[in-house]
Amino acid sequence: MLIIGERINASRKQIAQAIAEGNAGFIRNEAKNQTLAGADYIDVNAGTFIGEEAERLKWVMEVVQEATDLPLCIDSPDPGVIKAVLPLAKKTPMINSVTLEPSRLDSILPLAIGHKTKLIGLCQSEDLSANTVEDKLRMAGRLVEKATAAGFLLDDLYIDPLVYPLATDPRSALASLSAIEKIMAEFPGVHTVCGLTNISHGLPLRPLINRTFLVSAIMRGLDAAIMDPTDKSLYGALKTAVVIAGKDDYCMGYIDAYRKGKMQ
Amino acid sequence: MDRYTDLQESLIAGDEAGVKELVAKLLGQGAVPGAIISDGLIAGMAEVGKRFKAGDMFIPEVMLCARVMSAGMTMLEPLLVGMQMPNAGKVVIGTVEGDVHNIGKDLVSMMIRSAGFHVVDLGVQVPCEKFAEAVAQHSPDVLGMSALLTTTMPMMREVIELLEKRDLRDRVKIIVGGAPVTQEFADKIGANGYATDAASAVDKVKELLGI
Repeated sequence: MLIIGERINASRKQIAQAIAEGNAGFIRNEAKNQTLAGADYIDVNAGTFIGEEAERLKWVMEVVQEATDLPLCIDSPDPGVIKAVLPLAKKTPMINSVTLEPSRLDSILPLAIGHKTKLIGLCQSEDLSANTVEDKLRMAGRLVEKATAAGFLLDDLYIDPLVYPLATDPRSALASLSAIEKIMAEFPGVHTVCGLTNISHGLPLRPLINRTFLVSAIMRGLDAAIMDPTDKSLYGALKTAVVIAGKDDYCMGYIDAYRKGKMQ
Repeated sequence: MDRYTDLQESLIAGDEAGVKELVAKLLGQGAVPGAIISDGLIAGMAEVGKRFKAGDMFIPEVMLCARVMSAGMTMLEPLLVGMQMPNAGKVVIGTVEGDVHNIGKDLVSMMIRSAGFHVVDLGVQVPCEKFAEAVAQHSPDVLGMSALLTTTMPMMREVIELLEKRDLRDRVKIIVGGAPVTQEFADKIGANGYATDAASAVDKVKELLGI
């Protein structure tokens, strides 16, 4: 399982405040904690700073890279911002994300290829949000097609089926879970990823829903997650799911996480 | 209104059969259709909105209650011919150009409708021109705009500027919302109001219209 640590996101009040105040210590701490908790990539997002996103994101990247050797996951819907900040990444980063919208795909895919980054592709086109398994699978297929046609390696592509809240569509979890399973089967070598908070939006006891969804998704073949690795219940659910899915030789990942006190 | 308490409670409980039964009973007792709507159904939904804002009721329940209210309205609307349909005002709503997100907007539409407003929903990816035309055509009291991306939020400012150019800005109150939208942003672009969720949006609309 690839873990993308999600905490350094300006949509979180404390992070936005730290960025606004130039509080490097706070950001460094977040990077360090996520690294120790077991993240593989550190997601960085300064999206709420409209009009100065690139500038702020550059600062965040500099600060984060002072505190961790992990590669970054550059998180922005704006191709201009991604282009501006890419050169600052010390290790080969991941780009979060593209969709099938030409304005994003046509400008970001070449960047990903040129800089040899990993890339998250969302199952969304310019006129459709994919709600059904069929739609998600079709869009995944188009993402794979566009990427491979441009010379992009499947091993660097992480497809996000786009998880919608259960509160407004009680079948949304199944749609994404089935899509993950089908995508992994139909495009061997590709990866799947998703965030874990959308699913529970609007319902009580969100952490319970989030970690149950994560376990279900891992059982269906999900191999990457955008999550808070410092959340021991969630991290524990992940490690447990991996061992239950038969993907943890000698259960060592689980035992190791236990010994390091990473699980609850 | 004691007379309508049972109806309100049935609606809040999401009991469609119960609501239909009580509406029929009230009509049989000579209750005025418009009053059943205002004091029974709309009042019941207002309580739902209140509990939702307080975190005591959740989105799926709100949607269920709205559906139940709709069932009640279906029975009562035909009887309003010639009589006053409770009409709190008219709202035009849409998601801005370049943005396909609709869940939040649909929830807001539903809640505002349930509060007795007439809602014109323009859908998603609505170009600035279409917003302006809708304001000119429908003369709404409020225009609501939704965006879920930081890259599409700026379209809200463009819509407001277009309305100013067309001398339409003063005719309508403008509210904005969506995950990345903030009070600060709303103030910056000259919107009249901002709300964080569907129930608060109803309150804000009422506040702006002095209801």
